[in-house]
Amino acid sequence: MRKVVLIALVLLTGLLFSARLFYLQIYDASPDSLSENSAIKVMYDYPQRGYMFDRNGKLLVSNQPSYDIMVIPRDVKPLDTLEFCGLLKITKEEFKEILQKARTYSPRLPSVVLPQLNKADYASLSEKMYKYEGFYIQRRSLREYQVEHSANVMGYIAEVNNAIIEKNPYYQMGELIGTAGVEKEYEEVLRGIKGVKYIQKDRFNRDIGPYKEGVFDTLPQRGNDVQLTIDATLQKYGEELMIHKRGGIVAIEPETGEILALITAPSYDPSLLVGRERSKNFTKLWYDTIGKPLYDRVLMGEYPPGSPFKTLIALIGLQENAVTTEDAFPCYRGFRYGNRTLGCHSHPSPLSMIGGIANSCNAYFCNVYKRIIDKYPTPQEGIDAWRNDLMSFGLGDFLGYDLPSGKKGNIPTSDYYNKIHKFPEHRWSSLATISNAIGQGEVLLTPMQMANFTAAIANRGYYYTPHIIKNIIGPDTIPKKFTEKHYTTVDEENFYPVVEGMHQVYQRGTAASIQIPGIEICGKTGTAENFTKIGGKRVQLTDHSIFIAFAPMDNPKIAIAVFVENGYWGSRWAGRIAGLMIEKYLKGEITRTDMEKYVLEGSLEAEYAKPYSGQPFSINH
Amino acid sequence: MAANKSYVRFDWLMIFIYIALVSMGWINIYSASLSDAAKGFFDFDQIYGKQMLWIGLSIVIIIFVLAIESKFYERFASVIYIISLVSLVGLFIFGKTIAGSTSWYDFGGISIQPSEFVKATTALALAKYVSDIQTNMKDLKNQIGALIIIALPAVLIILQPDPGSALIYAAFVFPLYREGLHGVYLLLALFAVMLFVSTLAFGAVWVAVGVVILAGVLFFRNRKKRPNILKYVLIVIGCITFAFSVSYIFNNVFKQHHRDRFNIVLGKEVDARGIGYNTNQSEIAISNGGWLGKGWTQGTQTKGNFVPEQHTDYIFSTVGEEWGFLGSMIVVLLFVALIIRMIFRAEKQKSQFGRVYGYSVAAILFLHFFVNIGMVTGVFPTVGIPLPFFSYGGSALWGFTILLFIFVKLDGSNYHYA
Repeated sequence: MRKVVLIALVLLTGLLFSARLFYLQIYDASPDSLSENSAIKVMYDYPQRGYMFDRNGKLLVSNQPSYDIMVIPRDVKPLDTLEFCGLLKITKEEFKEILQKARTYSPRLPSVVLPQLNKADYASLSEKMYKYEGFYIQRRSLREYQVEHSANVMGYIAEVNNAIIEKNPYYQMGELIGTAGVEKEYEEVLRGIKGVKYIQKDRFNRDIGPYKEGVFDTLPQRGNDVQLTIDATLQKYGEELMIHKRGGIVAIEPETGEILALITAPSYDPSLLVGRERSKNFTKLWYDTIGKPLYDRVLMGEYPPGSPFKTLIALIGLQENAVTTEDAFPCYRGFRYGNRTLGCHSHPSPLSMIGGIANSCNAYFCNVYKRIIDKYPTPQEGIDAWRNDLMSFGLGDFLGYDLPSGKKGNIPTSDYYNKIHKFPEHRWSSLATISNAIGQGEVLLTPMQMANFTAAIANRGYYYTPHIIKNIIGPDTIPKKFTEKHYTTVDEENFYPVVEGMHQVYQRGTAASIQIPGIEICGKTGTAENFTKIGGKRVQLTDHSIFIAFAPMDNPKIAIAVFVENGYWGSRWAGRIAGLMIEKYLKGEITRTDMEKYVLEGSLEAEYAKPYSGQPFSINH
Repeated sequence: MAANKSYVRFDWLMIFIYIALVSMGWINIYSASLSDAAKGFFDFDQIYGKQMLWIGLSIVIIIFVLAIESKFYERFASVIYIISLVSLVGLFIFGKTIAGSTSWYDFGGISIQPSEFVKATTALALAKYVSDIQTNMKDLKNQIGALIIIALPAVLIILQPDPGSALIYAAFVFPLYREGLHGVYLLLALFAVMLFVSTLAFGAVWVAVGVVILAGVLFFRNRKKRPNILKYVLIVIGCITFAFSVSYIFNNVFKQHHRDRFNIVLGKEVDARGIGYNTNQSEIAISNGGWLGKGWTQGTQTKGNFVPEQHTDYIFSTVGEEWGFLGSMIVVLLFVALIIRMIFRAEKQKSQFGRVYGYSVAAILFLHFFVNIGMVTGVFPTVGIPLPFFSYGGSALWGFTILLFIFVKLDGSNYHYA
């Protein structure tokens, strides 16, 4: 016993240490990643973000150097706060708050104290930074906009927030990420890959050279430039036309699906969201809840399409064999059903298809619509068949374009009406949905969807998914889905009479006033009733002015949808703007200067002020 | 075998392990103290260069120790012991204070710490005393005599103050136990060390709470044997009194510089960033090693000097980070092998003197090994004592070298009688 006690203790100790070492080094080994290691400082080298060009190679946005004041809270030593705040041009309270926030985020990782300093500020600060331990200046690259338009297309970049950091470990506090538009959609293409430097530190947090002579360090990789489908001249012109109006313009090249112009109004100068004034400007834009400049009306706005929708009713009527081009219907200043009338304006009667489109006769399309639905044994089946045809034009669902915002619109289903009418206790017929015939009622489309179906009509039966990317420079590709044809359920031959009808609209119908010498346009006007709520009451506002068109009639180069909120007649605002856009794009110059003058000088601000005036007002002047 | 006076057989296993540990120690000191100013392995301005010098001088010491007739150690044990005690007393007059403790003589820039050598002289004196024909460890008078031999240097060292080094004198309970001391003393000594360290580390109140809980659990488990409640209560009171007196002496009798020194040894003083910084950093460094380690001079924590005192008391964390589980296990196994080999050889000694001395050395090495690696791996509270043969420091290296090689000599001469 006396001889073994010490031996036993020694062996036991050996065993204890083996177990402890196994636990520390093998079982519970701390993460091996360099970024988790407190002895290694990770420094990033940010690459240049890719540029954006328009379809003709015009530079839209490049970069400018920018400097962020960063802090690593753990390393902050007592400092002359007053002097430092003076240099940064912030108050002591703001400074304290910023530091506290940074500490809460992480004492060990860098946070931004002051973002986006320009070169001049940087120059005056950089020589004094050595005095403030724990603070340093991080060079980043910031956007420099070459144009004042296309803000909604290009989008913007912003500092990442905690939610993004948690989801995507690539990003760190203070880094920038595309947050809207092309910047967001093509973030990974544009951003490139940041370079990493690992620096060995000692326990006083001093740098003592590159870790392992820098074998793990990487160089930053510049982001890829992208070429957009946007025509900068057309985009700029469109935005000018839309000044003092609300709404938007979408122009698509039918034979490719490329978006030539994507205009929402009101918009803003993209340069507002760069630099030290960014946050102030952003707040201002964000809280403009009336004009909503950050809200992309052509992608997010769901509007009743109005009369342009009739072209689709005509197409479906022919395809479903519900009507022939020769079938004519009388108009009694409207469509009478039961004891009700859906009104129409004054025009020759009766009309067959081409005349019906040219004159936008409500009664004609109500009859066609009724025939489509009633061709099926039940209105439910009729509605669903009708809906199926519409969806083949890209309606009622997301289109799949390469911009990060959008809405589905609404093409009602039979279930939708069953619920409204409490089927099966109550039955409903095609007449209950008759407003659909003229693009009112439950049907809602985004201006983008309207432009897309216009492109499908221009192509006589198919469309390409609209897209904003023309080329990712470098790999020289675009996603494959943008080169695939989507066929509608309507056969090609059924398009010809409708196209002819749309041509008649321009030649002698509702849009005859916008005729442009030398250009054969096919179009359709729309004047859509709409309502708002004022103090809980449903109030009708002046009709939306809508126009869809493509040109030239044969081998179309441009399909366009124009939407002007509360602009009244389709031809008054939307028609004129569409005509000017088409002429600008096809000819490069404007011959209808009278029309241009009208639009450029015209303003709808008075109209928009009406619901906010608190006074009773009249509409549709 | 014919008796031949010049016939000496050294135990090459012990010598081999010694060489292995010293070399590995230097390799790790090199890494832990590497700086940009380095001018090669023999740069004597650098810590690793100095250690190289100490190692070179160790060889001279070894030759001396082995050359001296083995009978000399037994015959002059008392004289050597007294001289060494004088050297400890002399510190109070001529000593040089480093890091709060007056444990050093300064010889023209080279500091010598006598307490590192007193371990060996005390072991010699104790061996001599116990091996005396009249000494019986079951006799209370002899027990007290042995205690005095051990306690004298221990108390002098505590007063320097250097509590870590003093703690090691508890190791002498093992040879005494081997020689017939009642097992209760062994348990008592171990328990006292535990109480002592935990009182200073955690405070008397927590120790009292722990003792009461422990006694309660033991009593509850033994309740069927109808234990004597009074005995339990007395033991608990005794322990708590001990804890509070340690605490009282520490706080009221000791001066501030004593307390500082205790706190340094217990790791409280340099723990500027909160409780357990040293241990925490050391554990992080060791964890970084994984199976095979980061490679020599590649440890990130070692390079960044995150572990305080890494070239001295915390040298094992460098082994852990740079040589991984494999390297750490080799070091642990070398120590285990050395100590066990020493115990085996001690048992083989013809003379009681050789046996007691060998046991003392084994016990001292064991306690250093246990306390140091226990501290560095975080299983034992922080008590700053070096890892034998491994840690940086001339006095420590020489002290351990003398300690070991006197035994190698005694053991080698043992064959002489065979």
